[in-house]
Amino acid sequence: MTWIARPKFHHASLTKNEQGCTRRDYEGTISTLCAGCGHDSISAAIVQAFYELSIAPHRVAKLSGIGCSSKTPTYFLGASHGFNSVHGRMPSVLTGANLANRDLIYIGVSGDGDSASIGFGQFAHSIRRGVDMIYIVENNGVYGLTKGQRSATADEGTTMKKGEVNTDKPIDMISMAIKLGASYVGRSFSGDKEQLIPLIKGAIQHRGAAFLDVISPCVAFNNHAGSTKSYDWVREHNEAVNQLDVMMDHEEMVLQQSPGTVEDVAQPDGTVLRLHKIAMDFDPTDRIKALDYLERHAAEGELVTGLLYVDRKPKDLHDHLGTVATPLNTLGESDLCPGAKTLSAINASLR
Amino acid sequence: MDPTDIENPDYFHRVVDCQWACPAHTPVPEYIRMIAAGQYADAYMVNWRSNVFPGILGRTCDRPCEPACRRVRVEKEPVAICRLKRVAADYKGDITDRLPVVPTKKNGRRIACIGAGPASLTVARDLLPQGYEVVIYEADPKAGGMMRTQIPKFRLPESVLDEEVDLVMDLGVELRAGQKIDSLRALLAENYDAIFVGCGAPRGRELPLPGREEAKAHIHIGIDWLSSVSFGHTTKIGKRVIVLGGGNTAMDCCRSSMRLGGEKVTVVVRSGFEEMKASPWEKEDAMHEGIPILNFLVPQEFVHEKGELRAVRFQKVKAEKDAKGRRQLVTTGEPDVIIECDDVLVAVGQENSFPWIERDIGLEFDKWDMPVVNEKTMRSTHPRVFFGGDAAFGPKNIIWAVAHGHEAAVSIDKLCNGEDLAHRPRPAVEVISQKMGIHEWSYDNSPSNDARKKVPLRDKEVALKDIRMEVELGFDDKLAYEEAQRCLNCDVQTVFSDRLCIECDACVDICPMDCITFTGNGEENDLRARLRAPALIKEQALYVSGELKTTRVMVKDEDVCLHCGLCAERCPTGAWDMQKYIMEMTQAGSACRS
Repeated sequence: MTWIARPKFHHASLTKNEQGCTRRDYEGTISTLCAGCGHDSISAAIVQAFYELSIAPHRVAKLSGIGCSSKTPTYFLGASHGFNSVHGRMPSVLTGANLANRDLIYIGVSGDGDSASIGFGQFAHSIRRGVDMIYIVENNGVYGLTKGQRSATADEGTTMKKGEVNTDKPIDMISMAIKLGASYVGRSFSGDKEQLIPLIKGAIQHRGAAFLDVISPCVAFNNHAGSTKSYDWVREHNEAVNQLDVMMDHEEMVLQQSPGTVEDVAQPDGTVLRLHKIAMDFDPTDRIKALDYLERHAAEGELVTGLLYVDRKPKDLHDHLGTVATPLNTLGESDLCPGAKTLSAINASLR
Repeated sequence: MDPTDIENPDYFHRVVDCQWACPAHTPVPEYIRMIAAGQYADAYMVNWRSNVFPGILGRTCDRPCEPACRRVRVEKEPVAICRLKRVAADYKGDITDRLPVVPTKKNGRRIACIGAGPASLTVARDLLPQGYEVVIYEADPKAGGMMRTQIPKFRLPESVLDEEVDLVMDLGVELRAGQKIDSLRALLAENYDAIFVGCGAPRGRELPLPGREEAKAHIHIGIDWLSSVSFGHTTKIGKRVIVLGGGNTAMDCCRSSMRLGGEKVTVVVRSGFEEMKASPWEKEDAMHEGIPILNFLVPQEFVHEKGELRAVRFQKVKAEKDAKGRRQLVTTGEPDVIIECDDVLVAVGQENSFPWIERDIGLEFDKWDMPVVNEKTMRSTHPRVFFGGDAAFGPKNIIWAVAHGHEAAVSIDKLCNGEDLAHRPRPAVEVISQKMGIHEWSYDNSPSNDARKKVPLRDKEVALKDIRMEVELGFDDKLAYEEAQRCLNCDVQTVFSDRLCIECDACVDICPMDCITFTGNGEENDLRARLRAPALIKEQALYVSGELKTTRVMVKDEDVCLHCGLCAERCPTGAWDMQKYIMEMTQAGSACRS
């Protein structure tokens, strides 16, 4: 384990964003994960995304459960709020926090064990309810902290480090999320920051349940020849359907690409998701076709990555519940508890 | 770009900026680590082998290493390399059993050195242990050269100078003190196997202005005056002194004047304060002692009354660019400035002078009347005559003299063994992994954030009273440790093996300085623009790997690497390793011969 602190010195050309922060200000403490862990690259991508969007760290809450992935919130956004919950329970704690204070940006970090096994139900319901969050699954197909048992996302027919073959069916988190109603769904690879950073930025800007499945090789237990979560396998089978640009300012939107190769998806907050199409027959705004596309390509042994589904008119938990715009945690007692007289009036209206 | 050839000893040498900048290529980080570990004698010997005069240089070196120090590119100030060297000398204890053994049986070769300054002493130090007999001719009564005659004792105590000069003399130099050479032809006739000219640049430049002749009793040439002070012939100066010139000699002159009765000492320079040749720290030391430095004043006349010096008249000037963009000093049109004085010290440069070398003995001189000397071999056009130090290429400094001395000694050794001088020996290089455990290194890899430590000074009141009282007290062991920890260990190199790399990005993510980029290959300028942090200094190398699995290459900008080793700590496959690069220049002896 690296025990020295990361040196404070930085490159002279490091720039500051609108918050007056450099990228280095969005870091956390030094990672205690194994050297070469894909999760560290995802942390670096999260740092870069929040820096580029000039989001004040104190406006962010990071939540996680248990596992290698769930340790990572310590390694980014050191000045943000955080909560490390019970195994698999991150979605419920995040939902509660979001209900109490809708003003913060919620990022939930989980792993394939935390979300596809012990917390599978939690994952399903938080997506179903449309909690406004960035839900990232750092997916490596093994239980790293307990020394490399296969997880529920390990593909059928893949082998463990010692050669044992997996005969179980895998859970595909992406199609689950789309089916359960996530309004922004993407898949990426820890080793491809050019694709990953814009996907995270889009997820941060998206209002609704944004779900990202990021394949993140486990160098210690799942980076061998029989694995489908290794650096080599992912690089060989990665089929990106599009490349995303997150446009914050309408003025910058100058269409230069030839028609048909670019699709702009405007989000209700004004953000525009500009998709540079790579697979011409893929439409990320059509849920049924997207699911069909994913199934067909998965059957061909391809790992489809990119922005895979986005709802043009997403709704979130607060829309469903009709809560007030003011965060509940800032309401006073008289607002929250209007008294016996009002209660009687309500009861009377229901009789 | 082609993959970087790290087998070339120069590649990693350049990364160790201090060592690369040092004319003698002293392995600086190596001895600084020894100082941090309290191994002062070890640190001293690393220095002594390389630069012969650690205690002297630790007080007086021109320190080309410090502006080169990587720390300057990372924060404000370099590591106090020079003063750490002094620490090694101050606390080394007894090192006599570590000195080279001089064979009692000589090899039959006799070498003459002219002048007993740093260059000649280096030649003697290198050749005596090889069995040579070395005779040094010196006009002054004692060996040391300009280190003795021009550097004031309050900067370099006599005991320190004597100790280090004697370390060389005691190897068996035959010193002919007080014997000035006035004919090279005659010396050549004595059939030495080689003659080394290390007589320095002994003539101070004149300032032929009106009044110079008439008032000559109170107008002194700086280096001659310093020499006279050094030998105790001059012990007093007037109350009001003007020092003309802006080099290090001028700084020594003004500070010496303050100690010999000068009350109002003023330094006056022609050009701007920034353009002065003196090292910034020497200017600081002078000003610290209350000496004003006036600039943009060009001396016009020594004002005197019947030969009695009264003042110096100056013209006020400003710097302007002429039509061709060259900087020129032009008058401001304001009235001249007159500064009253009792004495003037002229320190406006020094020159070589070789009236004692006959021009018909096969030793060529160039159009500036300087001997033609080969910069690598230090040999003149006469096969048996070598030059070094200020005598070779004009005034430089001690560390250059040492470097010249080493090269000349190699040449002489090769000459006496019938070898080709042009074939220079390669340095001895070792590159060793520093890995001690999974994330443990044999060096302290966490860089210190401390600012440069100041050297404690003797109280000004006390220091100014005695010209032999050393001003700087030097670092104590605690300060020395803290300062040593500021060193970034640039000699512990980041070595990359492309066949081990799995391109996981861990090194890219962890590097605090954004030095590492994985990208498609290209031409150098193109690559430099595509780095994570675009390269700021083009003189600093790019370390480019061979092609990786994804057809990309690893490019590392060496510019601001902290050598913290985090890339290697976070590398899962050991593709990065921290390896210590130890390079020692090959000196005279069997190693230098082919």
